[in-house]
Amino acid sequence: MAERRTLIGLSGITKRFGEGEQAVRALDGVSLSVAAGEVVGLRGPSGSGKSTLLNVVACITAPDAGILALGDGPVWEGGHYTDPDLRALRRTRIGFIFQFHNLLPFLDATDNVALAMTLAGKELGAARARAKALLAFLGVEKRAGAMPARLSGGEAQRVAIARALANDPPIILADEPTAALDSERARSVLDLLRRVAAEREAAVLVVTHDEKIFDRFDRMVTLRDGRIDAVA
Amino acid sequence: MNLALRDIRHRLGRFLITCVGVGLLLSVALAMVGIYQGVVAEALTLTRSLGADLWVVEAGTRGPFAEASRVPGDVREIVARVPGVAAAGAVTLRTAEMAAPGRIIRAQLLGYEPGRPGGPSAIAAGRGLGGARFEIVADARAGLPLGATVTMGGDRYRVVGLTRGLVASGGDPLVFLHLRDSQELQFKLSPPASRRSAAAGAGAGNTDTVNAIVARLHRAADADAVAEAVRRWKHLAALTDAEQSSLLLRSVVARARVQLGMFTVVLLFVTAVIIALIIYTMTMDKLREIATLKLIGAPDRTIVGLVLQQALLLGSVGFVAGLSLLLAVRDRFPRTVALGPEEIAVMAGVVAVICILGSAVSIRAALRIDAQAALGG
Repeated sequence: MAERRTLIGLSGITKRFGEGEQAVRALDGVSLSVAAGEVVGLRGPSGSGKSTLLNVVACITAPDAGILALGDGPVWEGGHYTDPDLRALRRTRIGFIFQFHNLLPFLDATDNVALAMTLAGKELGAARARAKALLAFLGVEKRAGAMPARLSGGEAQRVAIARALANDPPIILADEPTAALDSERARSVLDLLRRVAAEREAAVLVVTHDEKIFDRFDRMVTLRDGRIDAVA
Repeated sequence: MNLALRDIRHRLGRFLITCVGVGLLLSVALAMVGIYQGVVAEALTLTRSLGADLWVVEAGTRGPFAEASRVPGDVREIVARVPGVAAAGAVTLRTAEMAAPGRIIRAQLLGYEPGRPGGPSAIAAGRGLGGARFEIVADARAGLPLGATVTMGGDRYRVVGLTRGLVASGGDPLVFLHLRDSQELQFKLSPPASRRSAAAGAGAGNTDTVNAIVARLHRAADADAVAEAVRRWKHLAALTDAEQSSLLLRSVVARARVQLGMFTVVLLFVTAVIIALIIYTMTMDKLREIATLKLIGAPDRTIVGLVLQQALLLGSVGFVAGLSLLLAVRDRFPRTVALGPEEIAVMAGVVAVICILGSAVSIRAALRIDAQAALGG
């Protein structure tokens, strides 16, 4: 079996907050890789560095040291980003799924998904057509015209997943995507992410506390005090 | 996809209520601008209406508006014969209170000789003064209907004509009456005072006194040259219409103008602060949405456009609402609210600038929102 391409690669990532004696080492030499088609969970107690790690991979927080590679090559190396346009990088290479879906309340489901594509330069008509196709792929095509306030938690999270997939990103990052869902819907969301990873050859990294979905990951990485404590 | 419009449509009720609030504020600012312009317009209404090219007044005075002036009535004959003068008329001016049925009306009385310069330029209803005495032509602002009677100095006067928009610099409506009537009202002593004066050997006094002579010049005549010619009489002074207008604005209504102007500036500043705060609140209400937009890769111009377009829409709708309200009620103001296309255009520009400047703080705050704020609960 051919080895899968690594899409998320962290090597010796270190991140400190604060100065001097007050300094907190949020990440301490973390090395991790997630390959195409792989769904990796990230867990750990509060303050263990999960969110910081996700923010580093999302290029929201700059690490202090180490190398971060996303897809084709390093994006953080030698103390600086290799591409200064981080938002363009996020638009094209990363899809985000949030704990509370974060759909824009003034756009319907279709336009929430289409927005991500128009931001990337796609024409609105084509973006809407693809948005509808994505909603159908995720089984919420009947709610295409509904405003977020009218969607159930599960529907809203599926629309959020459709938005994350809109620009066909090779990397999907999810921050507690099932925290607001019941067991059945939580597993259904994870199954969807597994399907997306498999069909689109995407690397999926999920921060979660949700034990009911632990069995749905290819690997579960446990962080403690900014270091990888275990990989299961 | 226009995010600003979609957001407004989503929160339409709230946006419209905010616009109404901004509109009320802008209507006050617009009213102040209108009142300021109205004071200027009212100050010049009388001189413009009379169509005088030259004002001849008592020597050493700058009458009849800025200072008191008294000249003999027959001076009009002297002025009429000056080369370049086409016609001259004597006028008296005084503020008076007229007793109308059920109320007292404060007005500026202007006595003139029908057929000579000094009368109203146009009659809106009824007729102008004829040869008969105890008739008046009143401005509609006085609220008197045609045929109404008022009492002044113990005599009853009948309203035979109405004018529109003719007020004195203080905002009192102009009332035109026959020169002789106005001279008697102004200069004739009451019977007891007249008896006392006669007993003192001073006589009843000459009532053929006027406050000024207004002259119209031939088209080719040079107003300054004619004024210079009049000034050769030691007991007379002459002001061209331009000098009189300038005097009115510099002297008679200067304080009111400065006061209103300063208040308008303060009001516009308050308006700017309030609009800026509203825009800031609107922006901060969308903190999570803006953070999400940043996280999914929206460029800064998308976020700037969202804030700026909403600020300009708020200002535009508020301005139209405020202007509509003011235009609907401006005739109920006791003084003229002069708001022409020029003032409206300038104020629209000022509001646009206020919105742009007001949104600058919000744009700065929006651009500083951390994309990280979209994560977590």
